[in-house]
Order: sequence, then C-alpha cells, then structure tokens
Amino acid sequence: MKAAILGKKLGMTSYFTDDGIQIPCTVIEAGPCTVVQVKTNEKEGYNAIQIGFEEIAEKKVNNPLKGHFEKAGVKPTRYLKEFRDFNADLSIGEVLSVKQFETGDKVKITSKSKGRGFQGVVKRHHFGGGKASHGQSSKKRHGGSVGASSYPSRIFKGKKMPGQMSGKKASIQNIEIIEVLPEQNLILIKGSVPGAPNTILEIIKR
Amino acid sequence: MNKMTLVKNMIAERAIEARKQKDGDNFAKIPDFKAGDTAIVAVRVVEGEKERIQNFKGIVLSRRGDGINQTFLIRKISNGVGVERIFPLYSPMIQSIKIFREGRTRRAKLYYLRGMSDRKIRQKLS
Repeated sequence: MKAAILGKKLGMTSYFTDDGIQIPCTVIEAGPCTVVQVKTNEKEGYNAIQIGFEEIAEKKVNNPLKGHFEKAGVKPTRYLKEFRDFNADLSIGEVLSVKQFETGDKVKITSKSKGRGFQGVVKRHHFGGGKASHGQSSKKRHGGSVGASSYPSRIFKGKKMPGQMSGKKASIQNIEIIEVLPEQNLILIKGSVPGAPNTILEIIKR
Repeated sequence: MNKMTLVKNMIAERAIEARKQKDGDNFAKIPDFKAGDTAIVAVRVVEGEKERIQNFKGIVLSRRGDGINQTFLIRKISNGVGVERIFPLYSPMIQSIKIFREGRTRRAKLYYLRGMSDRKIRQKLS
C-alpha cells in the first residue's frame, strides 16, 4: 500500500475538464489523519498502521480509548482505522494528509453503502416478477419456485430471496482522482462512491 | 463557508475563467434567458487541432438544475428534422449565448411545442 487516508463524503457535483467536458464528481473531505499505533510483525504478528480521523474533545472518549490515545501522545479522534502493509516508514504522531495523492491516481474506496432495508426479490436481485395479467392477482412481484420437491428436499444455499439490501461494506476500485486541494483537505473523485453524504470512507492507493 | 459550496463556486469560477482565457476581448457574459426565448448559442467545435465556432439557433424549451449543474434544452428544425441539444450553462464549450427573440409564455417547460407547426408555435410564444 502506497497511500491511505480516511475521509468523509460531502456530496456530488459537476466538473469541467480542460477539454470542456462535463463529468460527474464526488467531493471528499479527507484527513489530516494522525498515526496512533504502528503494528509490527515481531510484536503483533503483522505489519499495520492505525490512523485516527476527526479530532474530538477528550471527554467524549471512553476510558480504554483515552488510555490508548494517551499512550500514543496524540489527540483523541472520532474514527480509528487500521491499514495493513503500509510501504512508508511511519512513526506514531505523524500526520497523513491528502498530499499523498495526486491528480490521475487510481484509488480504491471502501465504505458502507446506503441501506435499503428489507427488500423483495424484484428490487434486490432484479427478478422479473410474475405476470401482470391473465388472472394473476397476488404474484406480481414474487420470485416463483425456490426449488424442487422430494429431491433435494431442501433449498440450496445462496438461493436468491428477499432480505436486507445494502447497508454493508462496499468498495469501488480503480476510481480516478481528478483533483487534490491540500489547503481545504479535499479530494475530487471522478464518478460516484458508495454511501450517503457524511459516510466515512477509506481511500487506498496500491 | 460550507466546503461543498466552496468547491461548487470554485468549479463555476474556473469554467468562466476558462471562457475568458479563450475569448479574451470577445468574452461575452451569459445573458438572462428563459424558456420560450429564441437564442443563438455559439458552440466551439473541435476538429482535430483546430477549433471553430458553430451557431445553434433555436427555441429554448426548458432550463433545469441550479448553480454549476444548470442545463438548458434548445430545439430547432434543421432540414425538416427537429434537432434538440442540451447544453450545460457553464460549459466552456459555449462561446456566447445571444437572445434573438424573447417569447412570452405561461409555462417553464415547453415540451408541448414539439409536435406543433411553426405557425402554432409563433402564436403560443407571442
């Protein structure tokens, strides 16, 4: 991993390229993130760094976390996240900013997608649903049969059925950075990223 | 200021700046126009290395969006075929917009003009 940072989705807008072409753009407020812990192969069994994002008042963290921050000698933060196998040699207290990234970089963004609640098969798995006419009244958005009878006498694992849709971890890979604004701690991304505004995002460059 | 607004303003300013740089003294402010107006849009057309201006004259059917996301829909009849184009209002590809004739309308969206004859449209816009 070459670069990593935590950020917050602010929203989307349009962007005009130098050629005058209008493209969609997501605005992300990212960093500055402080390194809170450095994990090593010898001590923890793997290499990783733990970074914190968005400073908060000391009274807002619980005692175990307070101890953790005090040990590192950094200010308490709202979010903590670990990134494995970071290339650069970093020590505790160092600050990661959006300057790690530049225009044209391809990054991976991971976040929690917008939750859609308990959904039926038509919305969740793009099933066709039943017939709208010919005497059908109650099967318009049903999935139909879920399997055969005496053999196999069960429903196969992974059968697509109604259930909770989205609201879980989702990633988008190789998404392009169109601009970095270091003074405002902002990154502009081409296209969309998972999640609603104010969702916390992990931005990773490999 | 809200950071999202800041970025939107920055993009808008930059789009105007890009037009100023391209046109120099010929820079024309985008006028206040509305649906129903007949407008001439001077569009930059890039052909290989060269860039030239092409005019698109027609009736503005609608305007939508706000801030940097604003677009307008403009329709003309070309060789008997209806042609519609949607332009982003802030696009640097637009050199200028001139209002050719103002139209008087009661509606913001004039999609109903599509099937109408010239004579009927003239009646509707006067």
